[in-house]
Amino acid sequence: MDTLDRQIINQFQGDFPIVDRPFLALAEKLDISESEVMTRIRFMLDDGLLTRFGPLYNIDKMGGTFSLCAMQVPKDNFDNIADIVNQFQEVAHNYERDHRLNMWFVLAAESKSELDETIKRIEQATGLMVFNFPKQREFYVNFQLSI
Amino acid sequence: MSTSNSVSDPVERDSASELAKLDRKIILATQAGLPVHERPFDLVANEVESDPLIVKQRFNAMLEDGRIRRIGLVPNHYRLGYVANGMSVWDIDDADAEAAGKEVGALDMVSHCYLRPRALPDWPYNLFAMVHGHYHEEVLDKIEQIAQLLGDKVRARDILFSTRILKKTGLRIS
Repeated sequence: MDTLDRQIINQFQGDFPIVDRPFLALAEKLDISESEVMTRIRFMLDDGLLTRFGPLYNIDKMGGTFSLCAMQVPKDNFDNIADIVNQFQEVAHNYERDHRLNMWFVLAAESKSELDETIKRIEQATGLMVFNFPKQREFYVNFQLSI
Repeated sequence: MSTSNSVSDPVERDSASELAKLDRKIILATQAGLPVHERPFDLVANEVESDPLIVKQRFNAMLEDGRIRRIGLVPNHYRLGYVANGMSVWDIDDADAEAAGKEVGALDMVSHCYLRPRALPDWPYNLFAMVHGHYHEEVLDKIEQIAQLLGDKVRARDILFSTRILKKTGLRIS
């Protein structure tokens, strides 16, 4: 990754121009050719430096309900419980964290009742209590990495 | 955007539902990404059997109403060296929580900022802010800055570092 790649990443994490030839618009800003911008973006996607390119949809606004949940899982049974929890298709992300509440996962469901039902099923399947932390308020964050 | 009054008009209602169908097709076609092609919106239009002009209008409309947060490149945090992420959690009096969230959300390196319910007595924290850095200490420094910013509004706080990703599937509609 060189300076030009960094410039491309730093400048185009948002505000992708919605025009017929957007890569040409990006290229003009950087004073390089359209094909070079596209080649570099393709390379960084293939290489894994970029996770993706495109619209970041706000899934909250598409219908559906989400919640952050946590459990206190005994250390000696952690991997087994992780397998059980991960088998639920409603579990989108799951992280181990260094806290007494050591398993944190995001549940996605069609409705609040389905979400509550999923929590009950996870509690039954694991024998552990699920703490439910649905978001009450989201603060707009314009997070862009500067590299 | 149609108002609820205009939607009750049958013609308006039909066009609103046509738009909703088109938007759904566009979302399905692009939730994994846009093509890196000279004319990406032409390709999307082709795929959803619409017109590039209309597709561009729909992207603008979805940006405007918040269904799309932004369009652009999404860097891989880990590959770019942002390997440390800490979930900082704060117990802030409910009366101050909204203002505190706005302040914290405006800081660099905070990628998500939410108010969530407490679960007393186990969990006293109501403000969650995800902080990223190149290494552990950088994240801790950043969280100290948040603590200073919030001052005596903070009744208690903690930080949870992720130690392992157990599952990561994108949130997708189907």
